[in-house]
Amino acid sequence: MSTTPPTDSEKYALQVQGLRITLPGTARNVLDGVDLTVAAGETVALVGESGSGKTLTSRSALGLLPPGALTEGRVDVVGEDVLDISAERLRALRTGTVAMIFQDPRAAINPLRRIGDFLVEGVTLTGSVNQADATARAGELLQDVGVDPSVLRKYPSQVSGGMLQRVMIAAALMGDPSLLLADEPTTALDVTTQAEVVALLIRLQQCFATGLLFVTHDLDLAATISDRVYVMYAGRIAESGPADELFARPRHPYTAALLASTPRPDAPAGRLAAIDGRPPDLRTTLTGCAFAARCPLATEVCEQRQPDLRPAPDRPGHRAACHHTEQLTRSSADA
Amino acid sequence: MPEYALQAVGLTRSYGAVRAVDGVSFALPKGGSLGIVGESGSGKTTTARIVVGLEQADAGEVLVGGARRASAVRGRARRLARAREVQMVFQDPLQSLDPRTSVESVLRETLGLHFPGRDHTPRVRELLDQVGLGPRAADARPGGLSGGQRQRVAIARALAVEPAVLVLDEAVAALDVSVQAQILNLLADIREQTAVGYLFITHDLGAVRCVTDDVIVMRQGRVVEAGSTSEVLGSPRHPYTRLLMDSVPRPGWDPARIAEARRTL
Repeated sequence: MSTTPPTDSEKYALQVQGLRITLPGTARNVLDGVDLTVAAGETVALVGESGSGKTLTSRSALGLLPPGALTEGRVDVVGEDVLDISAERLRALRTGTVAMIFQDPRAAINPLRRIGDFLVEGVTLTGSVNQADATARAGELLQDVGVDPSVLRKYPSQVSGGMLQRVMIAAALMGDPSLLLADEPTTALDVTTQAEVVALLIRLQQCFATGLLFVTHDLDLAATISDRVYVMYAGRIAESGPADELFARPRHPYTAALLASTPRPDAPAGRLAAIDGRPPDLRTTLTGCAFAARCPLATEVCEQRQPDLRPAPDRPGHRAACHHTEQLTRSSADA
Repeated sequence: MPEYALQAVGLTRSYGAVRAVDGVSFALPKGGSLGIVGESGSGKTTTARIVVGLEQADAGEVLVGGARRASAVRGRARRLARAREVQMVFQDPLQSLDPRTSVESVLRETLGLHFPGRDHTPRVRELLDQVGLGPRAADARPGGLSGGQRQRVAIARALAVEPAVLVLDEAVAALDVSVQAQILNLLADIREQTAVGYLFITHDLGAVRCVTDDVIVMRQGRVVEAGSTSEVLGSPRHPYTRLLMDSVPRPGWDPARIAEARRTL
C-alpha cells in the first residue's frame, strides 16, 4: 500500500470536465459544458427528466457515445481520460474499473445463456481470471447480494425481476470496479423491491468503497440515498450540492418546481404544482437559460444570457445556474 | 343508497394453480374515483382487464350502473353500447395508438363509429381543448408527439364515447415528473367537468393520493385494505399497506429496515 496522498486525479473515481457533445441533426449541444465529480467511495445522484442528458453523461464514463457524436472536454476515470485512450485500454476499463447497472435487467442480460455464464464471461474473456476462480467469485457475490448460488445454473427467464437486478449488481462487482454507474436501476421495480435493491447497493458501495453515480428521475430517492446531487436540465447542470441542502433549500427554480410537482402519499390532497410546458427541443437553439420559458422568475436577462453555475455565498458546495437564485432563497425562507 | 357507476362482486380468476384475482369486490360511486394499489403480481391489472372485458372472470360479476355487464355480446349496436360503459387508458400510448393515424382522425373515427351522421368538428375541438391540446397537435401523428401529449390523446379518445367509467392502468407511470403532474391535474379537472368515474390502477401511492377518493390495496390477488384514500394513506392498518407507505423514499428513509420488514411480512 502506498502512503503518499492521492493526487487530484486519483482522488476521483470520475471527473467530468467541460464535457460537450454534439450530435448530427441537432441545433445545439446535447451536453453543454457538464462538470461533475464522483470521489472514491462517494455516492452521487444525477437527476433529470428524459432528454436532460443524464444517461449520456453517465455513459460517457464508459466511452459509450451515440454514433456520430463529437466531443469536447475530458472524462477522467481514476485519472485516465476515456475520450482519449486506446481501444485496448478502453476494453480493460470496461471489464474492470467501471461497471454499469442498467434499468431493465431483462434487456441487459442475454436470455439464452445461463446466469453463471453471464457473470463470469467479462472477467474470463480478458484472461485476467480463470474459469474456476471466476465461478467461485460469482458464487460469493451472489451470496453477498442475497441470491442463492444455485441461480448460477438457471436462465434469466426462471428468476424474478428483482432477483435478476441483484444478479446484475453482482455482475457489476465481478471486476472489482472503482466506479459503479447505475442508470435508473430501480425504476422498473416495485417500491418494496426498490427499497431492497437500494439497501443492497448502498451496503455494497460502502463495503467495497466504490464511487457510485446513481442516475434517476426521482429527486426524493436521490436526496435520501446520496451524498451529493446534480440536477440536469437540457444538457446542462442546473444545480449541484449536498443532498440534504438541495432538498431543503433548492437554489434553482427547476429543482424547486420538480420538488413541488412530485406527488407524495403523505402530502395534503389537492392539485400538484405542475410545471407548464416541456423541456426545449434539440432542434431549437438556446441563447439564454434553458429553463427560462417555463420559469416563474424569468426576466429579460434569462432569455439573453446563459447563467453560470455559481456557489451560494454561505455554502460554497451548493451551486446553481440561475440569475435570480437570491429571489428563490428569500421566498422559501419567507414560506 | 348511493348510485354506483361500477361494482365488482367476488371477482375470481385463476391461471393454473395461481389465483391471480381471489374474491375481489369493490364499488365505484357515479363520478367517483377509486384507486387500486398493489405491486406486480398483486392482481390489480388482471382485475382492471376483467372490468374492461379483456379477461374473463372464473367467478363473480361486474355491474355497470346497476346492470350486469355482459361478458360478450353479439351485434354491432350492443357491442358499441358495451364499449360506452367502460373505456381504458393504457400505460404506453405509443403502443395503444395507431402510429399512422393523426390525432384528429383518431377522434373522428371513434366519434363516427359511436355517433354516426353528425358533424364531429365541434366535438373534436372540445375534446382537444379538454385535454389541453392545440390545433397543431391535432394534425400530428403519435410519433410526432411527446409522451405527455400522447397520453392526452389517449384520454381524449377514451372520453370521446362519453363512458361511465374510465379505467386508467398505470396511465402516468411512464411519464416524467413534471409531465406526470400535468396529467394528474388534468385528470382531476376532467372529473370536475364531466360525470365520468375513474378506476385508477397504480403502484404509485403519491399518484393515487392526487386523483382518487377511495382506494383498495391488493396483495396476492386479495384486497387487504379498503377505505377512503386519506384514511388508508394517513393511517394504514394492514401491515402490507404500512410497508408500501414506508417504501416510498423520503427524508429519513431507511431501505435496510424496509427490506427486513418485507422479509418478515
